[in-house]
Amino acid sequence: MCGIVGLHLRTPELYPRLGELLSGMLGEMSDRGADSAGVAVYGDPVWSPPGRGCVSVTDIAAAPDLGSDVDVVQVDSTYQLSSDVSSEVLLERVRLSYPDALIAGFGADLAVLKGVGHPRSLTDAWGLAKAQGWQGVGHTRMATESAVTPSGCHPYTVGPQQCLVHNGSFANHATIRRDLRRAGVVFDSENDTEVGARFVAQQLAAGRDVETALKELCATFDGFYTLLVSNHDSFAVVRDAIACKPAVIAETTEWVAMASEYRALSELPGVESAKIWEPEPEVVYAWTR
Amino acid sequence: MTASDDRARRGLRESATFDRPTIAAIQRAAETGIYDIRGWGAKRPLPHFDDLLFLGASMSRYPLEGYRERCGTDVVLGDRHAKHPLHLDIPVTIAGMSFGALSGPAKEALGRGASEAGTSTTTGDGGMTPEERGQSKNLVYQYLPSRYGMNPDDLRKADAIEIVLGQGAKPGGGGMLLGQKISPRVAGMRTLPEGIDQRSACRHPDWTGPDDLTIKINELREITDWEKPIYVKVGATRTYYDVKLAVHAGADVVVVDGMQGGTAATQDVFIEHVGIPTLAAIPQAVQALQELDVHRKVQLIVSGGIRNGADVAKALALGADAVAIGTAALIALGDNHPRYEAEYEKLGSAAGFYDDFQDGRDPAGISTQDPELAARFDPIEGGRRLANYLRVLTMEAQTIARACGKAHVTHLEPEDLVAVTIEAAAMARVPLAGTEWIPGRGPGAGL
Amino acid sequence: MDTLVRYDLRTTPLREVNTALHKPGVTGEFVIDHPDGAHNVAVGVNAPARVTVNGHVGYYAAGMNQQAEIVINGNAGTGVAENMMSGTVRVNGNASQSAGATAHGGLLVIEGDAAARCGISMKGVDIVVGGDIGHMSAFMAQAGRLVVRGNAGEALGDSIYEARIYVRGAVASLGADCVKKDMRPEHHAELAELLAAAGFTDETSEYTRYGSARNLYHFHVDNSASY
Repeated sequence: MCGIVGLHLRTPELYPRLGELLSGMLGEMSDRGADSAGVAVYGDPVWSPPGRGCVSVTDIAAAPDLGSDVDVVQVDSTYQLSSDVSSEVLLERVRLSYPDALIAGFGADLAVLKGVGHPRSLTDAWGLAKAQGWQGVGHTRMATESAVTPSGCHPYTVGPQQCLVHNGSFANHATIRRDLRRAGVVFDSENDTEVGARFVAQQLAAGRDVETALKELCATFDGFYTLLVSNHDSFAVVRDAIACKPAVIAETTEWVAMASEYRALSELPGVESAKIWEPEPEVVYAWTR
Repeated sequence: MTASDDRARRGLRESATFDRPTIAAIQRAAETGIYDIRGWGAKRPLPHFDDLLFLGASMSRYPLEGYRERCGTDVVLGDRHAKHPLHLDIPVTIAGMSFGALSGPAKEALGRGASEAGTSTTTGDGGMTPEERGQSKNLVYQYLPSRYGMNPDDLRKADAIEIVLGQGAKPGGGGMLLGQKISPRVAGMRTLPEGIDQRSACRHPDWTGPDDLTIKINELREITDWEKPIYVKVGATRTYYDVKLAVHAGADVVVVDGMQGGTAATQDVFIEHVGIPTLAAIPQAVQALQELDVHRKVQLIVSGGIRNGADVAKALALGADAVAIGTAALIALGDNHPRYEAEYEKLGSAAGFYDDFQDGRDPAGISTQDPELAARFDPIEGGRRLANYLRVLTMEAQTIARACGKAHVTHLEPEDLVAVTIEAAAMARVPLAGTEWIPGRGPGAGL
Repeated sequence: MDTLVRYDLRTTPLREVNTALHKPGVTGEFVIDHPDGAHNVAVGVNAPARVTVNGHVGYYAAGMNQQAEIVINGNAGTGVAENMMSGTVRVNGNASQSAGATAHGGLLVIEGDAAARCGISMKGVDIVVGGDIGHMSAFMAQAGRLVVRGNAGEALGDSIYEARIYVRGAVASLGADCVKKDMRPEHHAELAELLAAAGFTDETSEYTRYGSARNLYHFHVDNSASY
């Protein structure tokens, strides 16, 4: 019921092109999900000014006002907040003042945009093609409920700088959600992806690295799934043991990219000489800046 | 005094938990080391159409006279995208049943009877036979995980294509055909060695999930130049979501098969303990279609325990466009007829109990590949019997619809129904008779 | 006289292209440019035509092909040549999952790698892969021949019936009831023919044959661990 894309740039010469490349990739995945989309962009200086804590807020009636020390940049229906305090502190302030708003993401150098509508219209409305940065992750969604809302969109970001996108479905997430709730985790939705995201976040918060966290996830969750997890400086892909949902990875010295279908990678610079493969089941492929 | 009176007098009491059939099942497992395989659908009592009643005519609801005051029964299936939707004279179709599970003459009879009554038949997990295509005016071609016998020539010969995700008897199970039924002809059609026990896939080989199904539906449309309706069939489980996803993926018709739906062979535990009753599935499917504003535009076919015109009328009243019959069609052909009592006894069974379709020793010659047994079955006589039965189903449904003041059987509505049990009221989402109470409904309740 | 007809999928709808390829009695050469990952390109062709696709295709390219010779100059998505009946499909690139799924006949050649489930449920097709194949390849493979010049992933030939598999490289693991088999003269001959048809000249002595042990042909309680 969706398409996922991810791009991790290894050379700063390409940082100015992140948004342009990511827009193209997301657009190619519109057929897999045409009702809503989300992107996470790491390192855009306008959306997430360097050295500041950032929070992405959406599903809110008007621009949030948290005082003069919090800057607000509007990106279509998302408000990018930045401040000199840490993202976690800023997040708490947003939650206190706007408890009903949807927090799309939070973390240094991170902007997360989610919206309802055709992915190509959304990337236009966001001006994604002009965004810069070192890493981006995106998701296009086929809606199944009559009311399509931003809260159903990926990426799910449940820890600072952490994003997760998911193609497929879990089979035993209801039990895992109960276990996480007992451990004090609060959920925003009934979405199965959110269970995966919060599970990973809990693992990372306990000090495990991404590879271990994803291996734990594979051991715990049943279902068919391709997952892409991004952190401030890392990018990891894993598929379940049966690996029916599609995924392809391409790697050059300049970038690593992942998508549900090859067509999303076909316009990346130098893809003709990229190493291209489809991830093996339960193998975590991870890259760090 | 009967044997059971005698036992009662002597103070013998059977356990409801470990009753005699359960004891026999445990002992059979201990002897053989393999699960019990059988045909038919769930046999245990379940909330079903019998628990619903029609309100009929009243001071404010006027019945229609027979004959001249028309009560229509025709239905169009698949007019959303296809160049050639199916136009059926009656809202009862013949469900998918494989050649392999059934004999060639039986498939021929189904085609004859359905064509005489102006409806459709459906191929099964084994492909299209010339007999069925030859006799059936409207033939739906099933597209299953196994893809046995699947080929584009037959795809083009079909009148509709039914993508099967699952069936009510075993949602999540693949086809099953044991060696005794893998005759030379069946083996040839399925590209299998003769006489082996067929292992079958339970998932499609080249798609999983509604995102991929969308592409697959388009492929089948492109191959057949958008001529034929595409059905998507599911066994009743998470029906509300399945129907929504099927519609999103592009289905023209959705087929929902409840747990009472039959199979030719699968594990008994699968049949009895997986899937939900037909009654509980229909309102979910209808709600899904209504929320997407495609009710009556994407048609709904319901199957799983349809037995008489009352069942047909109730399924339509709950929102189906048509029903499909499988087990009932075979019974009409002659399955489990008392005339074979002596032979059923020899097989360790009895008329009315026989469900060992997997053995291929059916005395009625219907669910067998044995040439001698199959020869007992006369396809022309069988076709006539099926046509008779289909006519009765239709007339019974019309009688009820007229009594409710309807000019067409699909004008029946949930408000024409009440339930006599709390479970049926909750599952069918109609009030308990004499009350306004629909258990489980209300703000925030339900889905 | 054979004509060459050219289509650009950026400007011509796919339906128009497939419809043209389905015209009764169609022959000759067709070129399809700019598929750009489109799905269902050249599906349901039933004619001795030649179709060249210049670019990457999405799912089910050349699906249910009959008679045609279809060349894809790019990568192919899931299910290339699925359920092919006859003819040839050649992918001058990599193929994604379920390449040649359930196909009954014809020849599928993949120059590069094929991913998971290559030849799943194959029913008589011949598949020759220039590079590696992914996990669960030849799952429930009923008939036909699969030749792999590179390596095979986990669970090769799981639940295999009568298909024959030839692998030159390493096999990560074998699936249920799939075993190594002797290469007799007739197998060397068969393999040489398949390689030649695909345009390769490897020594057949470098290959190992795999096929069914036929232990799962009848349900038996002793095999219950295999299910």
